[in-house]
Amino acid sequence: MRLSLTGALALGVIVSVGAVAHAEAPGDPKAVKSVDGKYFDAKGDPTYNVQPDGTVDFYTFSGYRRYHSECHVCHGPNAEGSTYAPALKDSVKRFNYQEFAGIVIGGRENKTAGNESVMPSFAENKNAMCYLDDIYIYLRARSTDAIGRGRPEKKEEKPAAFSEAEAKCMSAK
Amino acid sequence: MHKLLLSTSVGAFALLSFGAANADELVTLQKDPKQWALPTGDYANTRYSSLKQINTENVGKLAPAWTFSTGVLRGHEGAPLVVGDVMYLHTPFPNIVYALDLNDSGKILWKYEPKQDPSVVPVMCCDTVNRGLAYGDGKIFLAQADTTLVALDAKTGKLVWSVKNGDPSKGQTSTAAPHVFKDKVFVGIAGGEFGVRGHITAYDVKDGKEVWRGYSMGPDADTLIDPDKTTHLGKPVGKDSGISTWEGEQWKTGGGTTWGWYSYDPELNLIYYGSGNPSTWNPKQRPGDNRWSMTIWARDLDTGKVKWLYQMTPHDEWDYDGINEMILADQDMGAGVKRKTLVHFDRNGFAYTLDRVTGELLVAEKYDPAVNWATKVDMDKNSPTYGRPQVVAKYSTDKNGEDTNTQGVCPAALGSKDEQPASFNPDTGLFYVPTNHVCMDYEPFRVSYTAGQPYVGATLEMFPAGRVLGDKTDNTGNFIAWDARAGKIVWSDKEQFSVWSGTVTTAGGLAFYGTLEGYLKAVDLKTGKELYKFKTPSGIIGNVITYEHAGKQYVAVLSGVGGWAGIGLAAGLSKSNEGLGAVGNYASLSNYTALGGVLTVFALPN
Repeated sequence: MRLSLTGALALGVIVSVGAVAHAEAPGDPKAVKSVDGKYFDAKGDPTYNVQPDGTVDFYTFSGYRRYHSECHVCHGPNAEGSTYAPALKDSVKRFNYQEFAGIVIGGRENKTAGNESVMPSFAENKNAMCYLDDIYIYLRARSTDAIGRGRPEKKEEKPAAFSEAEAKCMSAK
Repeated sequence: MHKLLLSTSVGAFALLSFGAANADELVTLQKDPKQWALPTGDYANTRYSSLKQINTENVGKLAPAWTFSTGVLRGHEGAPLVVGDVMYLHTPFPNIVYALDLNDSGKILWKYEPKQDPSVVPVMCCDTVNRGLAYGDGKIFLAQADTTLVALDAKTGKLVWSVKNGDPSKGQTSTAAPHVFKDKVFVGIAGGEFGVRGHITAYDVKDGKEVWRGYSMGPDADTLIDPDKTTHLGKPVGKDSGISTWEGEQWKTGGGTTWGWYSYDPELNLIYYGSGNPSTWNPKQRPGDNRWSMTIWARDLDTGKVKWLYQMTPHDEWDYDGINEMILADQDMGAGVKRKTLVHFDRNGFAYTLDRVTGELLVAEKYDPAVNWATKVDMDKNSPTYGRPQVVAKYSTDKNGEDTNTQGVCPAALGSKDEQPASFNPDTGLFYVPTNHVCMDYEPFRVSYTAGQPYVGATLEMFPAGRVLGDKTDNTGNFIAWDARAGKIVWSDKEQFSVWSGTVTTAGGLAFYGTLEGYLKAVDLKTGKELYKFKTPSGIIGNVITYEHAGKQYVAVLSGVGGWAGIGLAAGLSKSNEGLGAVGNYASLSNYTALGGVLTVFALPN
C-alpha cells in the first residue's frame, strides 16, 4: 500500500478503504481559483475549466487520456458506462472528491442478482494514482457536459507544475 | 458429415494407431451432424453442418421451441455442446455449467458452480465472458475465469481433476473455450492488457498432467521453437527470435496471449492458433518486431514443437490481436490442384489463405474495403519486405509518436472481425464472415508496468467507418461471403451494429448469425438474402449452432449482450453523427436491448 499512502497523503485525503460512508455531496464544480494551471472549486476540490472557445485546462485533457487507458474498458468510452459498470459521469455527481479517491484506492464490490461487479484497488497502479486528480477533473467536466464526448480539441499548454509532478510520481519507487 | 473431413479420413484412420480411445470418439462425434460435440463444431473449425431439414424453402416458418435462462446477466459468448441426449451449457463468471436433458425439454440433469475469488472480475479486460466447454474422454472441460481448468464427469457433473493454468493476481485470466484434440486438452491465457506473456498448454485428458507449454515470446526453450527447423515464410527463424526482436526485457511483459479458437489437422498432427497483441499498446515502449505476437502458429500436437509461424502484424501499433480462428479447408488454389489451406480473418482487416503444411502465404487481401492502415501485404518472395504489411505512414501510431492523436485508422482496435467465428461451407466453397465496420483515432502514451494492473498505454475512440470513407453510411457491421481462393468479397449485407456472433452454415443452403440488437437471422448462402429473423431477449454475442434430436433439427443461440461490444456500443460510439449528413441517425445499442442471459432453441413447427 506504499503508493496508496503517498497518494492519499499527497491529496490530503483520509481514506477508509472498502467502506465509504455517505458523506457530503460534491459541491458546485465551478472553478474559483487556479494554481499553476490547475483549477479548484469553492471547497478547494480539483475541478475543470473550459474557456468559451472550448479550450480545456490541461488536467481535463490528461484525465481524458488516462481515463481511456485505465478505466474505459469497464466504465465505457466518455464515462458513459457499459453493460457491466456504471457511468462515472453520473457517479461523480453523488461521490465527492474524497469518496472518489477512496474507491479508486481501496476498490469495492457490488452484488446484485445475476450480476457481481468488482471495482479493483488501483493503489499500486501509477498510471491511475499519478493521475487521480486528472481523472476526477475529467469526470466532473463530463458530469456537467462542460465537455462533450471524445477528445477535447483544444487544450491549455502543459503547466510546468504538471510535468514536474508527473515525473516525480511516475519515477517514485 | 463434412466433405472436408471425408478428405481427411486418412488422418482419422491414422489416429486409431495411436490407440487413444477418446480420439476415435471425437472423430466419430464430429462426423455426426446430430451432435455439436466440439466448441468449434469440428477439428477444422468449419462450423458447417450437413443437416438440411431446415432449408431455404421452409426457414421462414422457424420458431422458438424452448428457452433457458442462465441466471447470469453478463456478456454470453460461445455456444453449448450437444453430446448424445444432453446439452452442456456454460455461463460468464461465475462460470456455472448446466447439463440439460434434451429428452425432457432441457430439464437440469446436473449443475456445477465453482467457487472463485471475485477479485478476478476486474482483471478481465472486457467483461467476464467465457466462450464455452469442451468434451472428451467422458468429461466436460471448463476453463474458469481464474484460470483453473476443471474436468467434470459428463454424466454426474462431479469434479474429476483440476489444475491451475495461471495467476489472476498478475492479470492472467481465462475466457476462451478449452479444446480437446486427440488425447489432450488445450488451454490458452488472456491478459494482453495486463502485460501477460501468452502461452498455450497441453494437459492430459485423463489426469490433467501438463504435457507441454509453449510461450509466445522468450527464449527458444520457452517458445518450443527450433531455430533451424521452425520456419517463417519458408526460412528458419534463427536463435531466440522471441527475445532478439524485443528491446531489453520488454518480452517478459510482451503479451501475445492466446484467447481464441484452436484447430487441428489429424493428418499433419498440427494444431493451429493465433497470438494476440504485444503489450503495451504504446508501440514506442517496445521497439522491434515483437515476435511472436500477432502470429499464426502451427505446433506439433504431441510435443508443442513449432513447425512454422507467420507474423501478420510485426510491431503492432493498433491492437490488432491475431487470435481469430484458423479455418482448415481443402481448396482448389488454381490449376485444379487441391491444397491443404488455412484461412484466417485477422483483426487487422486482411484475410489470409496459407498452405497449412508449409506455412506458405498464398492470399492476403482486405475483407473490408475500409481498411486503410496498410496498402497491401507484400507478396513478392524476392522482396526484403516479403509477407509484411505495407504500413501507411499517416496511420502509423509509432511514426506519429507518443502524445499524438493518429486519426481515422481503419479498422478500429476491435478489428474488422473479432473472435466471433466465421464458417466454411463446402457446398459453395465460400466463407461466411461476421464483421465490424468501425474506425478509430489512436493516441499512444507512456505507461508503467505493475503486475495485475492494466498496462494499456493508449487511448482510442471508435466511430462508424462511413465517417472516414465519407460515403454517408453509418452501419458498423457487415455480414459477408468471402472467396478465400481469389481473396474477394462475393456479397455483403449491411448490419446496423457490428456482427459479434459466430456463424453456422448448413447443407440446407443457410447461414445463421445473431445481431447485437438480439436478432437471430438466417440468410441464403448464395445471395445473402435475409429469409428469417427473430428477436431474442437480449443482444447476441454468442455463436449459433445446429443439431438434431429425435428426428428434428434445432438451431440454438445464447443471448446476453456484453463483452467488448457491451463497452463500446452500449452508449453509442463517439462522433457517430458527425460527417454523415442527413442520413446520420446512428443510435446507441441501449435503445434496442438490455442485459440478459438466455438460450433460445429454434425448430420448425410440427
